[in-house]
Amino acid sequence: MTLGLSLGVVVGYLVVALALGLVAYRVSETTAEDYYLASRSIGTLVLLFTTFATLLSAFTFFGGPNLAYRAGPEWLIVMGTLDGVLFAVLWYVIGYKQWLIGARNGYVTLGEMLGDRFGSTGLRALVAGVSLLWLFPYVMLQQMGAGEALVGLTNGAVPYWGGAALITAFMILYVAVAGLRGVAWTDTLQGLFMLSVVWLAAAWVVSALGGVGAATEGMLAARPEFGGFGGGTYTPGFIISTAITIAFGVTMFPQINQRFFVAKSAATLKRSFALWPVLVLLLFVPAFMLGAWAAGTPLTVPENANVLPVVLNEYAPTWLAAVVVAGAMAAMMSSSDSMLLSGSSYFTRDLYRPLIDAEASERREAWIARIGVGAFAALAFVASLFRPGTLIEVGGTAFSGFALLALPVICALYWPRTTRTGMIAGVAVPQAIYLAVVLSAVVGAVPTLPRTVAGGWDVALGLMVLSGALTVGVSLVTAPSEESDASRFAVAGD
Amino acid sequence: MTRSRSDLVWIPTFAILVAFAVPWPLWGVDRVVAGLPVWIWWHVAWLGLCAALFALFVRSGAWERGMGQRPTAGAAGTAEEITDQAAAEAADREVERR
Repeated sequence: MTLGLSLGVVVGYLVVALALGLVAYRVSETTAEDYYLASRSIGTLVLLFTTFATLLSAFTFFGGPNLAYRAGPEWLIVMGTLDGVLFAVLWYVIGYKQWLIGARNGYVTLGEMLGDRFGSTGLRALVAGVSLLWLFPYVMLQQMGAGEALVGLTNGAVPYWGGAALITAFMILYVAVAGLRGVAWTDTLQGLFMLSVVWLAAAWVVSALGGVGAATEGMLAARPEFGGFGGGTYTPGFIISTAITIAFGVTMFPQINQRFFVAKSAATLKRSFALWPVLVLLLFVPAFMLGAWAAGTPLTVPENANVLPVVLNEYAPTWLAAVVVAGAMAAMMSSSDSMLLSGSSYFTRDLYRPLIDAEASERREAWIARIGVGAFAALAFVASLFRPGTLIEVGGTAFSGFALLALPVICALYWPRTTRTGMIAGVAVPQAIYLAVVLSAVVGAVPTLPRTVAGGWDVALGLMVLSGALTVGVSLVTAPSEESDASRFAVAGD
Repeated sequence: MTRSRSDLVWIPTFAILVAFAVPWPLWGVDRVVAGLPVWIWWHVAWLGLCAALFALFVRSGAWERGMGQRPTAGAAGTAEEITDQAAAEAADREVERR
């Protein structure tokens, strides 16, 4: 009975999403611009939610509450600051500028934009390659998360590989059929779904605990240190470097960065910008406080389990627990869909077309993209089966890997004196160093390099500074190449 | 260019909005107000303030002026218009070159 109900909720969701994708397919054209950017026709609500849903993977539903449960509710502050405020400012500084440039010159990807500006196929391929590198573990983590979620939901009746394979197959089918229009539509559905579900869950649990005041009292009785701001994990170094690296990294995530090209009008971007802090708060407060309040309950959360389902199993009815898991799977699916779609466009536009077959027709490109999605997802799936253990850390590292792209890109957007050599140095050197730091933790033969220094400061933050300094410094001592054209990024109307 | 000097005030404003979204002045404070630690209320109120000031930034036209654009009313400034405008400018340049 319980198994049937749980599976019914999840399968019901998948069917609705597929139906939406098919409708989107009926109204779409077969060009690359429509497949990836829905012909730059995305409106406010859809843009807002498609960015929202892709930004928030299983990390919000499981990772966030887990951290709040173990280390305290300060995670709400870190995520709220980076997502609600810093990302919003970057939405304007990077996003609006990219929208203006993209609409003028018809760009679809970040690499394409930079490659055209600096007249460099090498830079274009470098940016695409770096992005795909950090995207791979992140897609894999979503598959692992989905596999685990189905194991948990069905008590092992669906094995880990079966769950991950089912989700992978569904994602490939879905993305191949629908393109961005379909992904954006289901993201809106998923975003609204997540918001409603998390508030329903919070209301249910809080009323079972005797109200907000009682829940907080219980939390403070069990963990008095949760009441004071800061302390423990939350050093100033941790708060600042986490907020900065994730916020800048998010803007360079392919699925987020490509959103900067899709808005129908500037009014769409403006409205999304002003609504953003409120939307972020609406999701984070109930999700993370549930995790923190759980610390005051007599529940014991097993070592590798997620706190949210444990709390819901205790204080809420079965159907609600199933709905929350479906919501978490929705989050993982929408992240994966968008990542696969954007990853495939980076592959076709920035690697396949310029390096392999420049004459490919748009129709052919659209099919190469679909094949690319299948191959990337299948590889990530295989990897998720072989090495599930160490990849969580590598996945978290992805944010910082992307963050290292942000300052060179901002330089290129705003400083006409930036040169191709400056860009390549600013991108390649910090990436190489960071990759060495990351790999040193995976490869046993070499000593592990430190990831944080002096009380929680992330080395990636230092490398971000290096990336900016190299871009500016090398640009100053080199001359612009003949192929580069700073006027490509000029947006002033008069 | 219609960038105005008073728009520059938005730069420190954004810096302050980002910096104090983290309730630094309440570091270590553990008072509970209306069921939640007081620093959580600071954060909630601060993000509300951010939303209000972001809306003001947009409505005042500083959004466009900051990028050297002319403030547009209503649905103007669509991707299509920008594309058309860029095409027209390219055609002008072509004519000048001849």
